[in-house]
Amino acid sequence: MKYLDGFRNGKAAKALTARLKAAGERLDAQGKTVQFMEVCGSHTMAIARYGIRDLLPDCVKLISGPGCPVCVTDTGYIDAAIDLGKQGHILATFGDLVRVPGSDETLAQIRAEGARVEVVYSPEGAVALAQDNPEKQIVFLAIGFETTMVPGISLVKIAAEKGLDNLTVLCAFKLVPPALAALGSDPEINLDGFICPAHVSAIIGADAYKPFVGPRGVPCVVAGFEPLDVLYAAVELAEQAADGRAELVNQYNRVVKPGGNKVAQAVVAELLELCDEPWRGIGVIPESGMQLREAYAAFDAVKRFGLKLEPGRPHPGCQCGEVLKGKITPQQCPAFDKGCTPTHPLGPCMVSSEGSCAAYYKYVRREAGAETMEVSK
Amino acid sequence: MCLAVPMELLEIRDDGSGLAGLSGATTACNLSLVPDAKLGDMLIVHAGFAIEILDTAEADKRIALFEQMGEEADEAGL
Ligand code: SF4
Repeated sequence: MKYLDGFRNGKAAKALTARLKAAGERLDAQGKTVQFMEVCGSHTMAIARYGIRDLLPDCVKLISGPGCPVCVTDTGYIDAAIDLGKQGHILATFGDLVRVPGSDETLAQIRAEGARVEVVYSPEGAVALAQDNPEKQIVFLAIGFETTMVPGISLVKIAAEKGLDNLTVLCAFKLVPPALAALGSDPEINLDGFICPAHVSAIIGADAYKPFVGPRGVPCVVAGFEPLDVLYAAVELAEQAADGRAELVNQYNRVVKPGGNKVAQAVVAELLELCDEPWRGIGVIPESGMQLREAYAAFDAVKRFGLKLEPGRPHPGCQCGEVLKGKITPQQCPAFDKGCTPTHPLGPCMVSSEGSCAAYYKYVRREAGAETMEVSK
Repeated sequence: MCLAVPMELLEIRDDGSGLAGLSGATTACNLSLVPDAKLGDMLIVHAGFAIEILDTAEADKRIALFEQMGEEADEAGL
């Protein structure tokens, strides 16, 4: 397919690698080492899968950020969902969440013991469950970033239109820019640039990163998920760093508009309002989440079931928080590939297919498994 | 989780929903976020929703740029 293959051109990768090397030499001459964060889990996967870290000069590091919504779902949220499942309600969820450890168990474990945890591929699947099981309460586990918010929340409108009174959502929606602001101001992390997410940006627009650039900011590049997209973003960031510039560049302008998708923004504004939100391993970030507005309280699982979400107890050995903040690489976690593997994950970063630990496990640990751009033409 | 590949809009149904396809595989998608979508458009589909229309002119420009970079790399013997 042209719109995929065109972004996997191995020869262009060579040209970009040469530009990276040149930028690296300029950084070396200035005695600078730079760290760029790829915020989004799909970028993390592309970087690991195509071996992009191997193409970077030593003075340029790519670190993974908190951009996998499954990985940043708080333990307490999983615990609340598990409680609802055990009470006999039907849980509808996207797939990866079922294996994420709560304080004591996972949704997969309670499902094996008889609870109904149904994997759906779109929120409409949850609506169908509600229609097919009128005597049951269906709770949709609504997690995700800006990209998933509208699909996730749309079922509230459908439920209202259809007069379904047995469907609620348990919201843990998260916003990317407040997380970037929190990470960018953490003195222990020291970031020199962001590879901004692709499809989150399709919704919020490239201009959402304007506050991060400029004289006291860092360069921001919006990039797609194909290997050349990511490599080109790394080149842009490295060249800006070598020039001492901090500009916003939208390299994914084939999809992302400066102002984003206004229709989606209007739906979000109608149904949702800002709230403080806990991020696994990072803590509560003020105004970094979205919850249902009061007018839709009837569809809010927290209100219908009188839930009180408490902070959970993540596995004591799991360092997902440090991984999500880019402070350590997965291999620096003592449990990596020892106590913690994709079949027996201790933390969500190893569960989700886009988690940093899973990406490292699959592609970096097994060097031979990494694809290169040459193979994919 | 936010991964989505471009799919062609093959059909717009009476209820306003769409059918999108890629290499023979098809999927139903909600078009409410892309009110301007027309048949033949390439859509970015995520969790059952088309979230944006691919700007093929911009995509073609970028592909051409990468091809040109590739040729120059070849000529430079990289
Ligand atoms: S390797 Fe496992 S235990 Fe360590 S941070 Fe990753 S998910 Fe947590």
